[in-house]
Amino acid sequence: MHPIEPRDRGKAVAAWFQDRLAWDSVREFIAHKTVPVHSGTIWYAFGGITLFLFVIQVITGILLLVYYRPTPAEAYESVQFIMTRVAFGWLIRSIHSWSANLMILSAFVHMFSVAFLHAYRKPRELVWLSGVVLLALALAFGFSGYLLPWNTISFFATKVGTDMVTFVPWIGTTLGRYVRGGDAVGGATLTRFFGFHVAVLPALTSLFLLFHLGLIQKFGISTPPWVKKRARADAAKPAEMPFFPDFFLHELMVWYGTLGLLGVLAAVFPWELGDKANAFASAPAGIRPEWYFLAPFYTLKLIPGHVLGIEGETAGLLGFGLLAVWWAALPFWGARPDGTVRSKLVTGAAVAFLAYLSTFSLLGYLR
Amino acid sequence: MKYTFLLLLAALPLPAKDSCLECHSQLEGDFQAPALAFRKSVHLQHGFTCADCHGGDPNADDPQAAMSKAHGFIGVPPRTAIPKLCARCHSDPNIMRKYNPSERVDQYAEYQTSVHGQRLAKGDTAVAACTDCHGVHDIRAVRDPLSPVYPLNLPATCAHCHANAAHMAPYKIPTDQYANYLKSVHWAELSKRGDLSAPTCATCHGNHGAKPPAVASVAAVCGTCHVFEEQLFDKSPHAPVFSAMSTGACVVCHSNHAILKTSDQMLGGQNAVCRQCHETDSAGGQTAARMAGLIQDLQNRIVAANDLLEKARSSGMEVSEAILRQTDARQSLVKARANVHAFAVAEVNTPIQQGLAIATEDYRAGQAAMKERNVRRAGLAVSLVAILVTMAGLWLIIRRLHRSRA
Repeated sequence: MHPIEPRDRGKAVAAWFQDRLAWDSVREFIAHKTVPVHSGTIWYAFGGITLFLFVIQVITGILLLVYYRPTPAEAYESVQFIMTRVAFGWLIRSIHSWSANLMILSAFVHMFSVAFLHAYRKPRELVWLSGVVLLALALAFGFSGYLLPWNTISFFATKVGTDMVTFVPWIGTTLGRYVRGGDAVGGATLTRFFGFHVAVLPALTSLFLLFHLGLIQKFGISTPPWVKKRARADAAKPAEMPFFPDFFLHELMVWYGTLGLLGVLAAVFPWELGDKANAFASAPAGIRPEWYFLAPFYTLKLIPGHVLGIEGETAGLLGFGLLAVWWAALPFWGARPDGTVRSKLVTGAAVAFLAYLSTFSLLGYLR
Repeated sequence: MKYTFLLLLAALPLPAKDSCLECHSQLEGDFQAPALAFRKSVHLQHGFTCADCHGGDPNADDPQAAMSKAHGFIGVPPRTAIPKLCARCHSDPNIMRKYNPSERVDQYAEYQTSVHGQRLAKGDTAVAACTDCHGVHDIRAVRDPLSPVYPLNLPATCAHCHANAAHMAPYKIPTDQYANYLKSVHWAELSKRGDLSAPTCATCHGNHGAKPPAVASVAAVCGTCHVFEEQLFDKSPHAPVFSAMSTGACVVCHSNHAILKTSDQMLGGQNAVCRQCHETDSAGGQTAARMAGLIQDLQNRIVAANDLLEKARSSGMEVSEAILRQTDARQSLVKARANVHAFAVAEVNTPIQQGLAIATEDYRAGQAAMKERNVRRAGLAVSLVAILVTMAGLWLIIRRLHRSRA
């Protein structure tokens, strides 16, 4: 009897799995998947960067959970313990905080690149909508996670943020009480935010992320209309590259770059802890929310006390709600034939929205 | 039912008639001024009338009848009678408790023990009576910021007479107290920090019983606020010596009215106050130098630890525990400075050693944080090199793929 060669044994194991999983089809699918190549291809990377940062968030978040305690008496001290006593705790916490911010930034860039590359059009309306939901969930992650270290800045920023919730028309008071777990920010708010941050939001995000990625697999990465048009004029197929290994290796390179950037930020600018929250202290001067909430925050400051007989904050929140719905509905009002005046107006509206967000965020930061 | 409100209105007490105020308000110049001033006074707010001090009949509309001696009109009371006049109410607990149950009623008794009161009793009308400090017709509550005896205004009120060289000439007392007080740390606390409990003239001299503190009681006067310093001084070798020399204890080093903010230079250095009495190489001089050296040493260690911790903090290192602990080191420094009043090296050395231990521990925490920061940066550099090498490798693979396809 001849001994079985290791190579033959490997083939036998692969054949065993092939019989049960039929993974040839997956390999076939990946082998034939292509990505359009054009001057805007670089923007496709931001979807992958956002996904990569989300994975970093999940891993570092799980590690932080080992030591974090979600009570007003222990939250600050447990984060302090993580940063000073736990091996590499400072790195884990800093990377968690920096990657959260970079993830939201990357998600915004991804959203606007999709808008400007017209990738939201039929049949990708649901890809766009699920992406908008994912961005909203990322903002909710940011808002709930900001309070968890229970420091002065996060305490008062949450107070301001949850106060704004009470101005939502009709349900504001009830919603405010639900979000805070009472009439004021306190222990109930902390445990509630913790629950949202580590259970509710991750579950929802996972569902929408699977849906989002599943649809991208189904429809593939879109080719911008002007690239298609140019190819038609040249009577040629739009330029493409294989998803694997070409695009995948590009992605991998970008992820490594992102990891390097995260390392630099975490080591050179570790995320500060600040002072422990004191509910009886007065709010520090110049309190403001995280950068991604600065545009609405600054807008609300400019709105007069009353607008058309309703409270300024309520009017502002109504305005933001309508703006969000308008933007989420982009595939339904913005899918106009290229080159038409309407199509140019849609691009102009997207530019105006981007300009509003950047300018007001900057003004909110500076003032 | 609809008349109930009118009936209730009719039942309300009418304000007391004050024909003096009514008439004098309509006159001009010096006749009108007292009426206008009285409208701002605390007495009018509490329902008193002119007649309560001046006598007369405030219900009479006829000036002759209102100001008739038959109705007790006394006109302008003589200065010597003013304290007794005020004391008719202010020394009567039954009257005063109606307005403030905790109001003191011993002002007149105290005044009689004061230099002012004793001289007035002898007929010296140039000394201060109640109205000179509190005002005449427009007397306000002491807590009213416009009152001349409100803490912020009191020094200027005293200075009105005591900084007036002509006024003080017959008494042969200096007139620079106010100017000196304005240089003091006490005035700075009062006027700049707004600490109304900071000492004014009355805090040390008394208010109604105003008198310069006796030499023997200076330490006790200062000790009403500076408790620990007084206790330490009383046990120090200076206490019996200063007592024998009949010098006001605290005043020897700190002066009286121009009490400047203390500094470590008072103990050591060219302008040290100790040098007024002690030669540098004498036992006292050496004690002062050793105490100054200990304090300076702790001060330097605290500053060094602070600087290092701040550097670590601004580098993003978590050093809040050590920064908080620095408060204890500073407390030790404060205690050591207070202990100087024992004029014994051992008393100063105890808190100094406690502070040094804390500051040294904090300095080490700062060093450890900076070392940790450098380790992190070195780790980052190694990681970045590994990441860059991997990225370069990926780029080479991608380029080879493109070339092979081309």
